[in-house]
Amino acid sequence: MQQLITTLLNGLTMGMVYAAFALALVLIWRSTRIVNFAQAPMAMVTTYIAMVLIEGGLNYWLAFILALLSGFVLGAFVERVIVRPVEGKSDINAVILTLGLFIVLHALAALVFGSDYKSFPAPFGVRGITVGGHSLAITPFGIFTIVAVIVVMLLLLLLFQKTDVGLQMRASAFNPEVARLLGVKVSSMLTLGWALAALVGSLSGLLIAGGNLVHPGYMDSVVVFGFVAAVLGGLDSPLGAVVGGLIMGIALSLVSGYLGSGLVSLAALLILVAVLLVKPGGLFSHASERKV
Amino acid sequence: MRKALDTVRGNVLLKHSLIALLAAALVLLVMESVSPFRQGQLAMMAYYAIAAGGLTVLTGLSGQLSLGHGAFMAIGAYTTALLLQEREGALPMIVIILIAALVATVVGAIVGVAAARLHGPYIAGATLALAVAVPGIALHFSSVFGGEQGLNVKVPEVPRLADDALYFLTGTETSTSEWVAYSAWFLLIIVYFLLANLSASRIGRRWRAVRDDEVAASLAGIDLGRDRVVAFVVSAACAGVAGALLALASRLAAPGSFSLVLSLTLLSAVVLGGLGSLLGALLGSGLLALLPNLATSIGSSMGLSDVKAAELSPLVIGLTTMLVILLAPAGVVGSVRQLLAGRGPRATTAAAGTPGAGADTPTVAEPRG
Amino acid sequence: MLDIQGLSVAYGPVKALQDVSFEVPTGTITAVLGANGAGKTTLLRTVSGLMRPQAGRVTLDGTDITRMAPEKMSRLGMAHVPEGRGVITELTVEENLRLGELGRARNGDPVAIERMWEMFPKLGDRRAALAGSLSGGERQMLVIGRSLMATPKVLLLDEPSLGLAPRIVAQIFDLVRTLVDEQGLSVLLVEQNARSALSIADLGVVLNLGRVVTTQEAGALAADEDLRHAYLGF
Ligand SMILES: Nc1ncnc2c1ncn2[C@@H]1O[C@H](COP(=O)(O)OP(=O)(O)OP(=O)(O)O)[C@@H](O)[C@H]1O
Ligand SMILES: [Mg+2]
Repeated sequence: MQQLITTLLNGLTMGMVYAAFALALVLIWRSTRIVNFAQAPMAMVTTYIAMVLIEGGLNYWLAFILALLSGFVLGAFVERVIVRPVEGKSDINAVILTLGLFIVLHALAALVFGSDYKSFPAPFGVRGITVGGHSLAITPFGIFTIVAVIVVMLLLLLLFQKTDVGLQMRASAFNPEVARLLGVKVSSMLTLGWALAALVGSLSGLLIAGGNLVHPGYMDSVVVFGFVAAVLGGLDSPLGAVVGGLIMGIALSLVSGYLGSGLVSLAALLILVAVLLVKPGGLFSHASERKV
Repeated sequence: MRKALDTVRGNVLLKHSLIALLAAALVLLVMESVSPFRQGQLAMMAYYAIAAGGLTVLTGLSGQLSLGHGAFMAIGAYTTALLLQEREGALPMIVIILIAALVATVVGAIVGVAAARLHGPYIAGATLALAVAVPGIALHFSSVFGGEQGLNVKVPEVPRLADDALYFLTGTETSTSEWVAYSAWFLLIIVYFLLANLSASRIGRRWRAVRDDEVAASLAGIDLGRDRVVAFVVSAACAGVAGALLALASRLAAPGSFSLVLSLTLLSAVVLGGLGSLLGALLGSGLLALLPNLATSIGSSMGLSDVKAAELSPLVIGLTTMLVILLAPAGVVGSVRQLLAGRGPRATTAAAGTPGAGADTPTVAEPRG
Repeated sequence: MLDIQGLSVAYGPVKALQDVSFEVPTGTITAVLGANGAGKTTLLRTVSGLMRPQAGRVTLDGTDITRMAPEKMSRLGMAHVPEGRGVITELTVEENLRLGELGRARNGDPVAIERMWEMFPKLGDRRAALAGSLSGGERQMLVIGRSLMATPKVLLLDEPSLGLAPRIVAQIFDLVRTLVDEQGLSVLLVEQNARSALSIADLGVVLNLGRVVTTQEAGALAADEDLRHAYLGF
């Protein structure tokens, strides 16, 4: 029982992180029809930036925020300079481009920061909270993780639903041509979308890193889990991505807790294949005719 | 003489056979004249090229993107390692390689059936998951697969017959690693011979038809699903052979050899040479095999530590891949061909054959903002 | 108001428009008529900047807009209602209208969204519904309402009658005529439904295989039996 609760709480925390990552993938997919596999190394790079800043003596929170901002800038840069030429063209080329970027960022990180494991600090304890002598499975950093992701998601929700910029971003994603005719600067909206997505991706990278070991490949499996989560939710739906992330977090935590951590990626693969074959439009789609 | 040349041109099979024979002779010449270290690099180039050749068929011809072929290489490598735990009573090397290919084929068929129903980013994601999952399995069942350390491979002795034949041809003794390099190259020639014929055959034409215009192809009565699965199986078998050779050449099968980056660099090899061209895959693989050493020595001479200098090679490969996609999407071979044909490198996009993306659709071509 | 001079447009080797010239005078409806593939849509897309012409010039109120990006045009007072899917189906009715307002012309006075609910009571009832759930006629009302929110000087309409029942078509054409008469709007109306279009238009331009066949007063055009039979199908 104790173990089950621990596993579930752990799954919830990881689920929030996957949800954030999946959301980042969905934001980009919705606006540019590209799955940004390079999201993982982009988040890794911003985590290293935070680490360098903290090691340089900067306050943890300041470093955290600066890292998020650098993720934002990196996302904008990648869209403007690298991805722009292939937007709206052959999807194979776009995927290969993000993979090239994947390799490049990996190599760059290893060159600049080294490829060995480094421990990343956490601002709070990473031991279970004790209440009246009982040790609970949830850690202060876990709580922070959940709160941080929820806050960012609410902010995004506000941006998209309540502001003019958000409305223009949605219009650009759904129907770029009509949006342009209505005076929306679609290209700026796409850049902004990539930038925000990279910021959210960086958030998940920083949260995974907190209190853990970091190396250039530490986000590689997260891109797989985040992708599966996004597909669970239908790849087009931000809400679906969040739910998919939570499902993945809990499912993978159960697999890891009861079967072994080596099988987590296999479980993710099986979930992905099962969803794609049975309900290709995602768990919440009514029809399953969408071509995947 | 002229008549003979015409016959060769007209008959694809004959043409490919002649090229294969020439290639075999060339391999003998080159292999005998280089150092054992270079022989190791050549073996590496050969197994990369075999895997990249399969990937060329899958991505370049049938239009399916796989980010997971490192996983099939891992399957081939572990199969080989499991069969070569003892040198005594081991099966002949060629049989082992065939078994490795068979196991990869079976897994490839299962994955291929699933992938055939998927498109673009979904296949990419699923195969990416595969690439991450397979090394995890090796770690989980560590009593069988040796965990992080992996399994050592006891490479069999050079068979008497081959030893004698090579002695007759070259006048020198053949070491086991030299024999592995030879095997790799001869297998490469055989695999490319088969792939070239497959690509020129009816199914090859169907693959291209499906890749270029799926709707038209399915209206013409082509069974898209079956052809896709066949392409997947062929490429998985190639990766299995490549993995077996990797295990033999490095005498080890370990999860670290099959990182995500391996799968991605394989894809890069295919892209660099030009999607859909076997010659391109061969050239790309040459780059993959030779660049690390070159880059590392350049890096070291610039004062980088060895560990860091080793990262220069993926950096160059990744950057080149991105540049090729952005500037010459037809790849090296494709661009040269287009230049020779006088069309300039921008006339077509390589992968999905979407001519509309270029100058003919003004809406797409124009800059925004 | 809108002046088109010597416009030529091609899709690769396919010449869609060749040397097209005509004018849309202020406060009038100019109907461009022609069969499928005559180049009508291409004409509107080029005027609003979605496509680049090979040659020619387009001026709006004296400003050269030939190669201007489409997103800049709404501020100059140009609104383009594209063929078919003009509404953004994933947004609500109200959000579609708000988008129109965001692109309001520089010197246009704000239009209260309430005016739209008065003008189109059906849309008001469904303001929070997704635009994708509207009927064809309601969608057409919505896109016209949305362009009005941008206070345009020139309205480009691409086959507003497409797929609508005759009664609805009549309603929409009446609305367009009223807007022109009451607000001094200039309209470039592209139609295959030549008879209805000519009934509200001031001028008619007949387009055939990318070339202007004739430009005449709408009444005269409707009366010219030979032309009607040859190009307009009625
Ligand atoms: N994207 C395109 N690529 C190539 N040719 C095109 C494209 N769009 C239109 N054309 C061609 O340009 C010509 C004009 O097309 P256009 O759509 O402007 O005609 P239209 O008058 O609007 O026809 P309809 O009444 O059917 O809407 C046609 O010959 C058409 O085939
Ligand atoms: Mg049209």
